[in-house]
Amino acid sequence: MNMVDARDRGGPRQPLLTVEGLRKYFPLRNALGTVSAHVQAVDDISFTVAKGETLGVVGESGCGKSTTARLLMHLIERDAGSLLLDGDPVGSGGVSVRDLRRQVQMVFQDSYASLNPRHTAVAEIAFGLRVIGHRRAEAEAQARQTLRLVGLDPDQFAGRYPHEMSGGQRQRVNIARGLALNPRLLILDEAVSALDKSVQAQVLNLIEELKQRLNLTYLFISHDLNVVHYVSDRVLVMYLGKIVEIGPVDEIWRNAAHPYTRALFSSRLSMNPADRVVAPPLTGDPPSPVNPPSGCRFRTRCALAEPICAAVEPSLLAAGADAAHAAACHAVQAGSGHSLAGGMTHAA
Amino acid sequence: MPRETTGQARAGRIVEVQDLSVRFVTRDADISVVQDVSFTLDAGEVLCLLGESGSGKSVTMRSLLGLLPPTARVGGRVMVSGHEVTRMTERQLESVRGPVAAMVFQEPMTAFDPVFTIGTQIAETIVSHEGISYRVARARVLELLELVQIPSAARRLDAYPHELSGGLRQRAMIALALSCSPALLLADEPTTALDATVQIQILLLLRQLQRDLGMATIFVTHDIGVACEIADRVAIMYAGRFVETGPIDTLISHPAHPYTIGLLSSTVHESSRGRPLAPIQGGPPDLADLPGGCGFAPRCVARTALCDQVRPTLIPFSTTRAAACHHPALETAPA
Repeated sequence: MNMVDARDRGGPRQPLLTVEGLRKYFPLRNALGTVSAHVQAVDDISFTVAKGETLGVVGESGCGKSTTARLLMHLIERDAGSLLLDGDPVGSGGVSVRDLRRQVQMVFQDSYASLNPRHTAVAEIAFGLRVIGHRRAEAEAQARQTLRLVGLDPDQFAGRYPHEMSGGQRQRVNIARGLALNPRLLILDEAVSALDKSVQAQVLNLIEELKQRLNLTYLFISHDLNVVHYVSDRVLVMYLGKIVEIGPVDEIWRNAAHPYTRALFSSRLSMNPADRVVAPPLTGDPPSPVNPPSGCRFRTRCALAEPICAAVEPSLLAAGADAAHAAACHAVQAGSGHSLAGGMTHAA
Repeated sequence: MPRETTGQARAGRIVEVQDLSVRFVTRDADISVVQDVSFTLDAGEVLCLLGESGSGKSVTMRSLLGLLPPTARVGGRVMVSGHEVTRMTERQLESVRGPVAAMVFQEPMTAFDPVFTIGTQIAETIVSHEGISYRVARARVLELLELVQIPSAARRLDAYPHELSGGLRQRAMIALALSCSPALLLADEPTTALDATVQIQILLLLRQLQRDLGMATIFVTHDIGVACEIADRVAIMYAGRFVETGPIDTLISHPAHPYTIGLLSSTVHESSRGRPLAPIQGGPPDLADLPGGCGFAPRCVARTALCDQVRPTLIPFSTTRAAACHHPALETAPA
């Protein structure tokens, strides 16, 4: 459709989105209303999203993946950090929040709650177009086209209200609403997680097809490793508000460096009754993000934990042969002081 | 075969369901949610009811405990450990719930009462069923919490549900279900709300407890992966009916019903990458407006005129397998 995007400024090598030092602490108030503690939802994370790629984000509940998505959309204010959209800073003199949201859109998990129950499908999709100044007839004509794009026949679905559609159909409307403003980046936050398997596969195929047709870039958040593996080019693994590992999907699947990533992999269900999982890789639940452990946040559940892990927070450094692969773990970083790491400059 | 005998089950046979049907009847709707469901379950066996939302799997399970809303009209016969559940009054059911059959729910936060401690709620159950003192019951609760591997169990006795993590709450829920030593454990998506690293812990715990205690277990799930980890036998449900039954291993390796085949090819797994998925076409069935023939026909790749005219019944095609389909993929299924 738009092979050369007029909005593309920095060329293909400049990341579409650059996130630097992003942080969000939510205050917890006691009965008197004074702030007693903070939930460290997202704590100083940095990453980029390249043009045309799908970056998968995985992690368990409370790891900050949804907070990250909401910070990127400016649905909540960040405490610290900067955001560059194709090289331009977002906020204060750069790209306005309004412009940001024309270029970055989001699809949520709950297909019902994220649609206005009083809007028909076509009204819902046309809403954003009306907001940016299109006439009603024009907006609705375009909305009907977008419906067709997501595989819903406008003659049949344009006038339907959310309760008159199935979960899969509603999620298609949500995707259509996200696409109506012709965004460059679509954030899919557990967008297929609530769907039945047969419908989930249809929507995943649609997401893939739309990406090719519209030159989209995706940030795909999910707790389902198999789904993330299926759609992503690169994967970002989060644990308690931190990035613990990032890299190309095949590289991470073959050579996961962080013990948490490896534990996530061995927690996957076998899909083979003859080869069942025999022992859980981790015990207990993730700790609370209110008072996360010192040093490495994973150390309380980690089999490799040593005193260095409590004392020093590991930084996200290159892990393995692929330069794009990085992990935040002392055990794989030469010279860290961890007994498994060795003292050489680079482990073979 | 109907056995109107003593009320005591044959040794080993815990559940016998015959022609179960459930309709939800309201002033302006009469919807069949479960139809012609029959199965048996022996002590020590794990049966998974596998299906997508609206397939009737939870309703089938809940009818074993009489846990359906007042709008439900139940037909057929449900025997649990010699009790004919479908004919019991609410009062009689109370004596079945707990010692005969107990249930683990999906969301332990809503299944527990938030204003009482875990210890109190489990002890209360034991006291009311066994008439022992609260003191003695409390000691039993401690043993139960240790049985479900809750760390520092003595301290957790006095914890309120909100003070526990999701995984610990689900363990406490399992302890509650086991508190009266049921012959039958029912689990309704018990790990769906949990994180991956916690889900596998709970599944392995349930598998171990089920084996150690020799309970018959029925597991409701939408996740084939969960069934692969825990089931001996599986019943695939679609639009309120069993469409395919059999042992988990051959059913997964050689599915016969087109719905089962479609479900497997829709499920994203490790080797899916780089290939388009082959999902089942169309959307979930409208239970208020099911076709006259096979309920799956509108979405089926093997559909013929026969499928629209005659509803297929569940017919055995080997000693352990059965499918409700006019055109099952038998050439791929082992005899």
